[in-house]
Amino acid sequence: MPHIRTLSALAITATLFATPLSAKTLVYCSEGSPENFYPGIQTTGTSFDANSQIYSRVVDFERGTTKVVPGLAEKWDISADGTVYTFHLRKGVKWHSNANFKPTRDLNADDILFMFERQWKDSHPYFKVTSSNHSYFNDMGLPKLLKSVEKVDDYTVKVTLTAPEAPFLSDLAMEYAGVQSKEYADAMLKAGTPEKVDQEPIGSGPFYLVQYQKDAIIRYKAFPQFWGGKAKIDDLIFSITPDASVRWAKLQKGECHVMPYPNPADLEAIRKDANVTILEQPGLNIGYLAYNTTKKPFDDVRVRKAMNMAMNKKAIVEAVFLSSGVPATNPIPPTMWSYNNAVKDDPYDPEAAKKLLAEAGFPNGFETDLWAMPVQRPYNPNAKRIAELMQADLAKVGIKAEIKSFEWGEYRKRAQAGEHQTAQLGWTGDNGDPDNFLNTLLGCSSAKGNGSNIAKFCYQPFEDLVLKAKSISDQAERTKLYEQAQVIFKEQAPWFTIAHSVQLKPVRKEVVDFKLSPFGRHTFYGVDLK
Amino acid sequence: MLRFLFTRVSLVIPTFIGITLLVFVLIRLIPGDPIETMAGERGIDAKEHARLVHEYGFDQPVIVQYGYYILRVVQGDLGRSIVSHKPVIEEFLALFPATIELSLCAIAFALLIGIPAGILAAVKRNSIFDQGIMGLSLTGYSMPIFWWGLLLILLFSVQLGWTPVSGRIAVLYFVEAKTGFLLIDTLLAGEFDAFRSAVSHLILPAIVLGTVPLAVIARMTRSAMLEVLGEDYIRTARAKGLSNFRVVTVHAFRNALIPIVTVIGLQVGVLFTGAILTETIFSWPGVGSWLINAIARRDYPVLQGGTLLIGSIIMSINLLVDMTYGLINPRIRHQR
Repeated sequence: MPHIRTLSALAITATLFATPLSAKTLVYCSEGSPENFYPGIQTTGTSFDANSQIYSRVVDFERGTTKVVPGLAEKWDISADGTVYTFHLRKGVKWHSNANFKPTRDLNADDILFMFERQWKDSHPYFKVTSSNHSYFNDMGLPKLLKSVEKVDDYTVKVTLTAPEAPFLSDLAMEYAGVQSKEYADAMLKAGTPEKVDQEPIGSGPFYLVQYQKDAIIRYKAFPQFWGGKAKIDDLIFSITPDASVRWAKLQKGECHVMPYPNPADLEAIRKDANVTILEQPGLNIGYLAYNTTKKPFDDVRVRKAMNMAMNKKAIVEAVFLSSGVPATNPIPPTMWSYNNAVKDDPYDPEAAKKLLAEAGFPNGFETDLWAMPVQRPYNPNAKRIAELMQADLAKVGIKAEIKSFEWGEYRKRAQAGEHQTAQLGWTGDNGDPDNFLNTLLGCSSAKGNGSNIAKFCYQPFEDLVLKAKSISDQAERTKLYEQAQVIFKEQAPWFTIAHSVQLKPVRKEVVDFKLSPFGRHTFYGVDLK
Repeated sequence: MLRFLFTRVSLVIPTFIGITLLVFVLIRLIPGDPIETMAGERGIDAKEHARLVHEYGFDQPVIVQYGYYILRVVQGDLGRSIVSHKPVIEEFLALFPATIELSLCAIAFALLIGIPAGILAAVKRNSIFDQGIMGLSLTGYSMPIFWWGLLLILLFSVQLGWTPVSGRIAVLYFVEAKTGFLLIDTLLAGEFDAFRSAVSHLILPAIVLGTVPLAVIARMTRSAMLEVLGEDYIRTARAKGLSNFRVVTVHAFRNALIPIVTVIGLQVGVLFTGAILTETIFSWPGVGSWLINAIARRDYPVLQGGTLLIGSIIMSINLLVDMTYGLINPRIRHQR
C-alpha cells in the first residue's frame, strides 16, 4: 500500500496525513467536475452528487425512494392550516473541520436560518458570495412562499408560509437546501475570504472532503462522528471520467466500482460481463411533444387527439430508446405516487385520426412545425430521430410537419415563450411530488410568460384539482385529486407523452446495497464493499 | 540580434490584440446565452435573467465589454469563471502543468521516433523502409485522435491489461502537488511506485497526442534530408572517405535541421489542439478538457482567458524557435 502524502491545495485535518487508504475504498467514475461546493447555486446532477456526500439537510429522501424522512430535524409539527412548520433539530450533530477552521459548537438553529437567509434575503452578507443565482430556491417558489423563518430556541426552528404548500417538505429534502456552518461562514467573512466556505466545504454529512482536483479526482473520507453513524466504506473517490466508453473500460478493469450514464452501444457488452450488474429503474422523468394549445389548429382538442393517434409510440420508443425507455401514458412516471393505472393511452389508429381531423375541419390535413431538441437528455436520447419518425407517421394522415431546431438555450427560451406549434421537451423530477410535474409543467401559472408549461395549457377543471391537491397535506386525499387530473390530462391531450427513460447503472458485483435514486443522484452512504 | 529580437517582440503586440478581439467576438457569435446555460435544465425567469445579465455586464455593448476586459487583462486580471466562480488564472495554473507534462512527453515521443524514421527513409530512399515509414506516417497523420485513443485503450488497457485506462495516476496515490508535474512530484516525494504509476498513465495519451506531430516530423525530416543529401558538399564529404554515418548525422542532418525545427515549433499549436481531444478521452485534467467544458457552458471568461494564455504561450514558443535559427545557422544571425 503506497504511503499517503498531503496535498497542499486543500485544507486537510492534520491527523489524516499519514493515514494509509483503508481496504474499503469505493471508486465512482463520475462524469464531470462539480461547479463548486455550494449546493444553493448548483443546477447540475454532477454537482449535486459531489455535494450530497458532504452536506446534511433538514429532511431527507429515504435512500432509493421519494419518501421524506427525518434529517437534521428528527421530527416536525405542521399547524392545522398547513402554514406553520416547526422543526425539532437533532442534538449533538458534529461539523467536519479543515485547516482553516475548527468548529467550536454543534449544529444548531442558527445554521438552519443561515441556509434559508443566504438564499432568500438579498441584504444577507452571503447572498452574493460565489453567486446570487439561487436557482432551485427560486424555482421552488420559496421567496414568495416563505413568510418568516424564526429560531425558537437552539434546537427549534419555526417556518411560516404565506399559503399551505404540501410539497414544502419534499422541497427541503432537495440538495439546494444543504446546510452550511454559520460559524464557519462568520469566521471566513471576518477573515475577508467568504468564498472559501463554498470552495473548502465544511458540512455535517456522512463524508468529508479531503481533496478536489478539477477534472481529475474528488477524494472523501467517512466522517466517524456522522449523526447517522459512520459510513460502511472508509474512503470514497470520484474518479472524474467524462467519456462514457472510457468509464465502461475502467469499470471492466476494476478501476472503478460504479459508473453513471453508460453508452447505449456498450450495453450489450456490459450485460455479458460476469463481474458487473446493471441496476435498472424507470427514471423520474417524462419526454413529450407539447402542442401549443393557444395556437391554431392545436387549440382544438380534436386535432390534438388526432395527432396522438397518428403517431406510433411503440415503434418510436423501440427505435430510439432501445431497451432504455418505456412508453408513457400519463404526464407523471409510473414510479411516482398517485400514478393513475386506469388511464388508457390513445391508441395508434391513423384511420381514426383522419376521421377526427375531418371533423375538426382538416380533411386534407395541415402544415405544422415540429421542434426537436438539439441535445441528448436523460428523457430523450435523440429528439431529431424521434421527430423524423413522427414526421413520417403524420404524413400518412396528411399532416405535413417541418422539423425545426435551435441552439439548446435558445430552444428552451423560444419554446417557453410559446413560439412553436409543437415542440419536444421533457422533465426530470426534483422532489418526487406529483405537483412538480402536474402543476409545474401543466398549471396555469407556468403557462404565462416564460414558464415551463410550453403547451400553454390552462384548463380550469385541471387547474382546480391541482391547486387543491397542493394545499392539503393528506396524501390519500391528494392521490385522488391527482388521479382525476391525469384523466382530464388524457382527455384534453396537451401533450403526446413519449416515454419515461429507464435509469441504467452498471455496478461491479463487489458493491453491496447501492440503491438507485429516483432522482438520478449517486449517494454512497449505506453502500458497502464485499 | 537585439534588433531582431525587438522586431519580433513588437510583432507580438498586434497579434495579442488580434487574439483577444477574435476570441472575444467569436465566442459571442456562438448561439447561446451564458446565463441561460448557467440556469440549466429548468430555465430562468425573465427578471432574474435580466438581473444576472446586468450583474455580469453582458448587457453592455460588445465594444464596451471588450474595453473593460482589455483594461483588466493589462492589469493581470483575467476574470472569474462564471461556472466555478474561481479566478481564471488560478484554474489555468492548476491545470496547465498536466497539459505541459503530456505535451512534452508527446513531443519527445514524436521526436525520438520521427527524426530517426525520417532519416532512415531518406537514406534508404525508395526502399521498403521508405515506403513503409511514409505509408505509416500518412496513416498516423490521418488518424482521428478520438478513434485512435479508444482503439489503444481497448487493446492495451482492456484486452492486454498493460496500461491503465485513464487519469494521471492510480487513485490509490495521494501525492503532494509541489510543481504540478506528477513525474517530478512523485520523485521529490520519493514515491517510486507512484512514479511508475504516473509513467504508465502517460504512455497511451502521449502516443495518441504525439502521433500527428510524429508523422509530420518524419515526413519533414525525410524531405529536408533528401534535399541536403543531394548537395555538392555531401558528395565532397563522401569523396573524402568519411563514413556514411558521419556524413548523414554531422554533415547532412545539421543542415536539414532548420526546416525540422520550424515544423517542431509549429507542432506546438497542433499539440494544444490535440490535447483538447486527448485529454477528454483519457480523463487527463489539463487545459484542453477545461476549454471544451467552457465552450459547452458558454463560460466566456474561461474561454477568453484560456485562449489568450495559450495563444501567448504559442507566440512565445514561436519566438523562441525563430531565435534558435540563429544558433543553428550563423548566417541567419549575421543577416539580421
